[in-house]
Amino acid sequence: MKDLILNIVPDAVIEEKEKLTVTVEPKQLHPLVKALYSNKELPFDYLISLIGMDWGDKLGVIYLLSSSKDMSREIAIITATEDRENPLLYSITDMYEAAHLNEREVYALLGIRFINNPDMRKFLLAEDWNGYPLRKDYNDDPKLNPITIANKEIVDIAPFIKEDEKGNLVEGTTDIFEEDDYVINIGPQHPSTHGVMHFRTALNGEVIKKIDVHSGYIHRGIEKMAESMTYPQILHLTDRLDYLSASNNRHALCMCVEKAAGIEVPERAQYIRVIMDELNRISSHLLAWAAHCNDLGGTTAFIYGVREREHVLDIFDKTCGGRLIVNYNVIGGVMNDIYPDFQKDVKAFIPYMREKLVEYDNFFTHNPITLNRMINVGNLSYEDAVSYAVTGPAGRGSGWSCDVRIHKPYSLYDKVKFKEIIRTEGDSYARYLNRLDEIEQALQIIEQLVDNIPEGEFKAKTKPIIRLPEGQFYQSVEAGKGEFAVFIESKGDKSPYRIKFRSPSFAAVSAMPIISEGELLTDFIGIGGSMDYVIPDIDR
Amino acid sequence: MDVKKVKIKAFPAEEFKDNETLQAYIDELNASGTNVIVGKLDQMINWGRANSIWPLAFATSCCGIEFMAAAAAHYDIARFGMEVVRNSPRQADVMIVAGTIVNKMAPLLRRVYDQMAEPKYVVAMGACAVSGGPFVNSYHVVNGADKLIPVDVYIPGCPPRPESLFYGLLQLQRKVKVEKFFGNQRIVRPYNEATLIDPKTGETVDVKNEFK
Repeated sequence: MKDLILNIVPDAVIEEKEKLTVTVEPKQLHPLVKALYSNKELPFDYLISLIGMDWGDKLGVIYLLSSSKDMSREIAIITATEDRENPLLYSITDMYEAAHLNEREVYALLGIRFINNPDMRKFLLAEDWNGYPLRKDYNDDPKLNPITIANKEIVDIAPFIKEDEKGNLVEGTTDIFEEDDYVINIGPQHPSTHGVMHFRTALNGEVIKKIDVHSGYIHRGIEKMAESMTYPQILHLTDRLDYLSASNNRHALCMCVEKAAGIEVPERAQYIRVIMDELNRISSHLLAWAAHCNDLGGTTAFIYGVREREHVLDIFDKTCGGRLIVNYNVIGGVMNDIYPDFQKDVKAFIPYMREKLVEYDNFFTHNPITLNRMINVGNLSYEDAVSYAVTGPAGRGSGWSCDVRIHKPYSLYDKVKFKEIIRTEGDSYARYLNRLDEIEQALQIIEQLVDNIPEGEFKAKTKPIIRLPEGQFYQSVEAGKGEFAVFIESKGDKSPYRIKFRSPSFAAVSAMPIISEGELLTDFIGIGGSMDYVIPDIDR
Repeated sequence: MDVKKVKIKAFPAEEFKDNETLQAYIDELNASGTNVIVGKLDQMINWGRANSIWPLAFATSCCGIEFMAAAAAHYDIARFGMEVVRNSPRQADVMIVAGTIVNKMAPLLRRVYDQMAEPKYVVAMGACAVSGGPFVNSYHVVNGADKLIPVDVYIPGCPPRPESLFYGLLQLQRKVKVEKFFGNQRIVRPYNEATLIDPKTGETVDVKNEFK
C-alpha cells in the first residue's frame, strides 16, 4: 500500500497511526485518491466520511476511505490549505457520489470550496448565513444571524468553480432545474419525509424527473457544541442524533473515548451493552417497519409494530428509566447495573417477538398491494450503493456486505454467531425484508448472551476528568440504519478539538434522487420509508 | 351576550333574560314529558371542542417518536378524542411542536401556524420546544418555540413520556373548557418582537392586527 502511495505522490507523509494516515498537498490529492480508487487488487471505493477541519493555521479535509471488498482496510488522507480567505481544494465528486453533499456540508460549516464540484451551494445552513460555524474564529453573535419569521426564497441556481484545460479557475452558475420544469416541494413539514427533510421535486406528469435535496431544518450544531463540552457531557448528545439507535450511537462514542484513554471495560458491561444494542436495533427496525407500512397505507401494521416496540421500551424503562433516549452507556461501562428480572424479561420477549414476526409475514409481507408497491421499485444497484456509501439494511439489500459487526468487529461481536442478511435485488422489498430478517438475527445474538452475563463490575473506575491524549481516533459501529462512526481529534484536553459523526442516514438521503428518478410520485413515499432515514442524524 | 330582537310566537324577546319565566317554561315542558336542560351554549360547545382536539404533529425530532408512541395502541391518544392527526394545518386545532426548532425552520413554523384556522392552540412538547433544551447554547437553535408563536401548554422532558404528553393535553382541555367561544375573546400571549427581525431590512417584522 505504501509503495502505491509513494509511487503516485513521492513526497507524501505516511504515518502508521490508528489508521494509515497520508498527508499530501492539495494538488496531489486528486491523483492519489484516483489511484486508490482504481486500484485493481483492493479498490478504495467507499468514502466513509469527509471531515472538514480547522487547524488554526490551516483549513483542510480528512478523507476516510475504505474498500467495499474489504471494509477492515481503511486509509485516512489529509490535505489542507493555508488560505483562510478563499480556501480551495479539489473535489472528488467525479469518483464518489457520496462526496457531493459532504463537500457542500464542509463548505457551509468551514467555508472551503471544492474545485470541479458542479454544485457548490451550502448544505445544512441557509445560503445567506454569516460566518462558518466550525471555524475556530467563528463569531456566534446572534445579531449576525437573527432569528426571523420572514420567509426566504429558495434559489435554484448553483454556483460552481472549475478548472479548465489550461488550469485556470472559472467560476459560474448552473440551474438545478430546467426552465419549464414543474417543481413541487415535499417537506420540510410533511409526514412522509419522516422528519423535516425537504425534497424539491421536478415532476413529469406523475413521474419524478429530478430531486434536489435540501436539509438543515433540524441542524442543531452538535459538533460545534461538543467542542466546548467534556466527554461525558457529549455522550448525551449522541443519543439525540439518531434517536432510534440511541444505545448504538452512544456505544460508538464510549468506545472511541475508551480506546483513546486506554480504559478497560469490564466484561459484564460489554455483555449488557451488546444486549442493549441489539434490543435497540430491534426497536429501530420495528419502528422503521411500522412507519414504512404506514407510508404504504397500512395503518394496522403501524399499530402492530409500535405495540411490539413497547415491549422493548419497557425493558429499557426498567433498566435505566428512559424509553426512547436511554442515556445508559457511560465511559467505562454502563450507568447502573441491570435490574434483577432483566434476563427473565428479555427471555420472555424473544419467543413473543418471533411469534409476531410470523404474524407480520402472514398479514403484510405477501399482500399483493404491498408487493406491487415494493418489488422493482426504488432500485439501488450495488455500484450506486457503494458510491453513495449507503450502508445498513439498505446497502445490504443491494448485495453489499457492509455489516460493521462482521468486518470490523467491536465489543463482543466476534464471539457471537449470526448471519449477515444480504439480498441482491436492491429494491424496496429487499430492504423491507432485510429489516425483518435482521430482527431475527438480533434475537439470536441476544439469546447467545443473555444467559451468560458474567458477574463482576458493571463499570470501570475512571478519573473524574477524562482527558484524551493527543491524536486522531476513530470508531465505527453498526447502528440501526448503517455504519455510524465517530471521529475525535484531541489536543490533550478534556474536550475534543474536533468531533465528527458519520451519519448513515446522510448517505441514505443522498441516494434518494437516484433511486426515485423515474418512479411514480406515490411510490416516492414508500421508497423513503424503505430507506429509513432519521433527519436529526443527517443534520447533526 | 346580547341577543338580537327576534320574534317568536308566544315568547317575547325580553323573556330570554328573565330566569323565572324560563323556569316556568321548563317546568311546563318537563311536566308534559319533554327533556330539557338549560345551560350556557359556550359550555356545551367547549365540552365538544375539548374532547375532539385534532392535533397537527410538528415533529422535528425525538419527541415526534414519543408522539407516535402515544398515538399507537399502547397509550392510545384516542381516549381523549385526539387520535385524528391532521397533517394539514387547515384542519388542525392544536399544533404539537415536538422537537427542536432551529433558525432555518423558524419562518416555516410560523407559516404553518398562520395557516391554522382559529381557534388554535400550541403545545410545546419537550425541552427543546420549551427552551432550547440540551441545545440551548447552539448557534443555530431557537431557544423555545414561544419566541416565534404563542404557546399554550409547555410539557418538559427530554423527551416527555406519553403520560406527560397526555397530562399536558388534558391541561389544554381544561383551558379550552373555560374559554368563551362566542365573541372571539381568546387571549393570546404577545409575540417576542426582539426575535422577529427581517434579515434584509433589519427591521422588526410587523405582527400587528393579528391578535390585538
